[in-house]
Amino acid sequence: MKTAIEVHDLTVTYNQKPALWDIDFDIPDGALVGIIGPNGSGKSTLVKSMMGIVEPSSGWVKIFDQDIEQVRHKVSYVPQRESVDWDFPTNVMDVVLMGRYGRSGLFRRLSKKDKRIAAESLEKVGMLQFAQRQIAQLSGGQQQRVFMARALAEQAEMYLMDEPFAGVDAATENSIFEVFQEIRDSGKTMMVVHHDLQSAAKYFDYIVLLNTRLIAAGPTEEVFTQELLQEAYGGKLSILDQIHAIIEQKGYPVRES
Amino acid sequence: MDAFLIILTGSLVAICAALLGSFLVLRKMSMVGDAISHAVLPGLVVAYLVSGSRASLPMLVGAALVGMLTTFLIELFHKKFKLQSDASIGVTFTFLFALGVIMVSAFTGKIDLDQDCVLHGEIAYVPLDILVTGTVLDHLPYTVWVLLAATIIVVGFVYIGFKGLKITTFDETYAASLGISTAFWHYALMSMVSLTTVVSFEAVGAILVVAFFIIPAASAYLLTDQLKKMLFLACGFGVLSAVLGYYLAATINGSIAGSMATVAGCLFVITFLFSPKQGLLKRKKPLSTKA
Amino acid sequence: MDWDIVIDFLLLRDPNVRYVVLGSVLIGASAALTGCFLFLRKRALVGDAIAHAVLPGICLAFLVFKTKNPAILLAGAILTGWLSLLFIDWITNKSRIKTDTAIGLTLSWFFGIGIMLLTAIQKTGNASQTGLDKFIFGKAASMVDQDVFVFGGLSIVVILVIFLFFKPLKLISFDRDFASSIGLPVGRYDFLLSTLTVLAVATGIQAVGVVLMAALLITPAAAARFWTDKLKRMLLLAATFGAFSGIVGAFISYTTPRMPTGPWIVIVISVIAIFSFLFGAKKGLVVRQVRQQKMQRKILRENILKLFYKLAEEDGQLYEQRGVDQLTNRRFFIPSQLKTGLQQLLKENLLEKADLDYRFTEKGVEEGKRITRLHRLWEMYLTQYLKIAPDHVHDDAEAIEHIITPEIEAELVHQLEMPELDPHDSTIPYGEKLPNKIKD
Repeated sequence: MKTAIEVHDLTVTYNQKPALWDIDFDIPDGALVGIIGPNGSGKSTLVKSMMGIVEPSSGWVKIFDQDIEQVRHKVSYVPQRESVDWDFPTNVMDVVLMGRYGRSGLFRRLSKKDKRIAAESLEKVGMLQFAQRQIAQLSGGQQQRVFMARALAEQAEMYLMDEPFAGVDAATENSIFEVFQEIRDSGKTMMVVHHDLQSAAKYFDYIVLLNTRLIAAGPTEEVFTQELLQEAYGGKLSILDQIHAIIEQKGYPVRES
Repeated sequence: MDAFLIILTGSLVAICAALLGSFLVLRKMSMVGDAISHAVLPGLVVAYLVSGSRASLPMLVGAALVGMLTTFLIELFHKKFKLQSDASIGVTFTFLFALGVIMVSAFTGKIDLDQDCVLHGEIAYVPLDILVTGTVLDHLPYTVWVLLAATIIVVGFVYIGFKGLKITTFDETYAASLGISTAFWHYALMSMVSLTTVVSFEAVGAILVVAFFIIPAASAYLLTDQLKKMLFLACGFGVLSAVLGYYLAATINGSIAGSMATVAGCLFVITFLFSPKQGLLKRKKPLSTKA
Repeated sequence: MDWDIVIDFLLLRDPNVRYVVLGSVLIGASAALTGCFLFLRKRALVGDAIAHAVLPGICLAFLVFKTKNPAILLAGAILTGWLSLLFIDWITNKSRIKTDTAIGLTLSWFFGIGIMLLTAIQKTGNASQTGLDKFIFGKAASMVDQDVFVFGGLSIVVILVIFLFFKPLKLISFDRDFASSIGLPVGRYDFLLSTLTVLAVATGIQAVGVVLMAALLITPAAAARFWTDKLKRMLLLAATFGAFSGIVGAFISYTTPRMPTGPWIVIVISVIAIFSFLFGAKKGLVVRQVRQQKMQRKILRENILKLFYKLAEEDGQLYEQRGVDQLTNRRFFIPSQLKTGLQQLLKENLLEKADLDYRFTEKGVEEGKRITRLHRLWEMYLTQYLKIAPDHVHDDAEAIEHIITPEIEAELVHQLEMPELDPHDSTIPYGEKLPNKIKD
């Protein structure tokens, strides 16, 4: 099968503290992938470094065999809902239209086509009737669907989503998941950061199990074993923690060449 | 005519500041704006000394550069020296401002600046400062010309850069994921803030220009949920403060810029109490779902 | 410069100078102490707002009571200082306005009112108003006994209260949740701390004035933070920095009358701060870089020893002499660095010179073994516990081998059950007590 994403020996440190350690895996094209792991296990960092928003200390990521800068327009990213201030004075349609900025550029007027695509995207997530609603008045689930619509408006080949199910009600979760399936059925690749183990097995065909280090990556039935989950969520590795502490104090040992 | 010129000057300052201030408020960078407005002082003094006049382009450029230096220093202290961000703002602007005040004192007589000017400008003297051009327009004071030019630049910047400013302000990570340079928009906005501070300096002084940046934008933020409307409203509040402030100053015979800031604050409090959407006395609006 | 004035100042000959020095020290210290708590609670800029907000209070007090009595002006200052705090809290709690905007809004509004009143007072030509504008940039050098009595006295009160309530103040600054969980009346201590801040600001503006007061609060605390992790020491240092800059500022403006006091105090304290950012013993940039450089040199030396050991493993000759060429053929070294690294190893008696070449000492063998062992143990750990493929572990081990402490090493050996071979089937060399597989 064709490889959509290749992550090679990726190490990312935040303020010298390792957030990801030697992550190494491949994702096949057209898979619906869940990134699973406990809180603070580096899930968001992984997605951000795939988008080139976070600089890795070492290692690299290739998307469709290329550097992210070459394929940026093919990849759509949905940040965490809490990462923005929803008091911002704007409405739903405006936010979704931002999804067109990447293609139409910042200095050109948005065309009829852009607006049509934005409306279609809203339609897909069932939010069209809220197009003129102020974003401050949306519920958590609605905000999440607006973000989904914005990503859809990019018409990308790959979607990277950071916690799209966080703080949404069951109905919204279902409808979002339906959109996921539609996307997957159209042959596109999706990676979704997810925190709920129960639903993960049901939602995803492929799982990346993370806890700062990679525990496992593979088809859901292979990764969702008691043993591997125990390893991800169970006790911490005391040696690794001690090493983290030293690195935090003294800095990552930079090699001399 | 004098009253008109003073109000015109105040209004132009208010428009530039309100447009940029709206973005500062939304970006939670109000205090960075405050810091820049204090910190351009040493740049102004150096530029005065070098160019020998306050009427030159190099002065604008010099002071604007110091404004950028301030943003840079704040980030240096924060990122490189690992000083927490609120403290790095405080340390940076007090240091640069103190430097500026000392230079003003040291070069008194050599430059056309004094401590009063630093604090609240000399807007009342604007009409005296007539630029002799020999045309019909020679009745417009020099300060007004400079401010007009600055207003055109700032309005143009906000108009052309509207989308870039909007997306990097609303959702920086997402903007970065689209390949938009968030650093570019950050520094572009900061350089406009510096420019506005510099050109407003003589009219309203280093400290009170902050009132024009923040207060009208904050009032507008309480009134609307649309960015474009917020920009227009902020300008409206700014101009209204300039007009009413002038008459307040005339009544009590106090500093004009100080009075304008006072009025701006009072307008904010009124908005705060009576705003239909965000006001303290607002009616609870149900989170209706039409569908 | 007039040396008589300098000497007058230094010898505290002039009674006025004594007041000035005393006043500056007390004011600088009390502001720095309260500033430390503001700094730790990340509310540094609130101090700036309070500082600007005392100006209208001073003007109002003057307008109402028509007096320059410092106690009355101070009361006005405290009143509006407190008001500004309440105003900030009020608008952030009751609307979507965020803290930074609330602070900027409050400070510029109050200051605008202050400036408006001040200019109005000045224009009434009231003779006794002269001096009110001194509150803008401070007047440390012209404090008289009455000022020092009031302001110095208040500063002492602030310092004493901080001393008395050190423990609860420390708790609410570090861990509010914990403080309230053990039943501390957090709200009341918040009030105390706010009151102390307002008092410190209201007295501090005597020295530096309202515009630059923030520096007297924040900058000493920021500087002190780079020297220590302990709150007590931080307070002591900050107070010292604050007091010292107060004296120097007063000195400069005493000897050069045209110079405003406040800005000079701020310059002094800022220079101290920038020096601390660079050279501070705990967090200073230079210290951090020196530490990093030391680490890099250590890494270099350890890599040389490891290479010596590797070559010995290959040809079975532990004490064979080896030249620079042989080393650089196997691993990339920057020539100049390699040279200093080798010199250092000679000095530490880990290598010895043999003709133009180098060879292991006994001590060096042990060290080379140790690094190699750590490298291979870590590779084992990565493959076994982190499930990283054997062909991906080398780079990571190259880095981590240099920071593994003996305790972690012992634990690695324990957890891995003292493996004999690493993931690439190379022997893991253990120390003295274990069979040495390499012939001498």
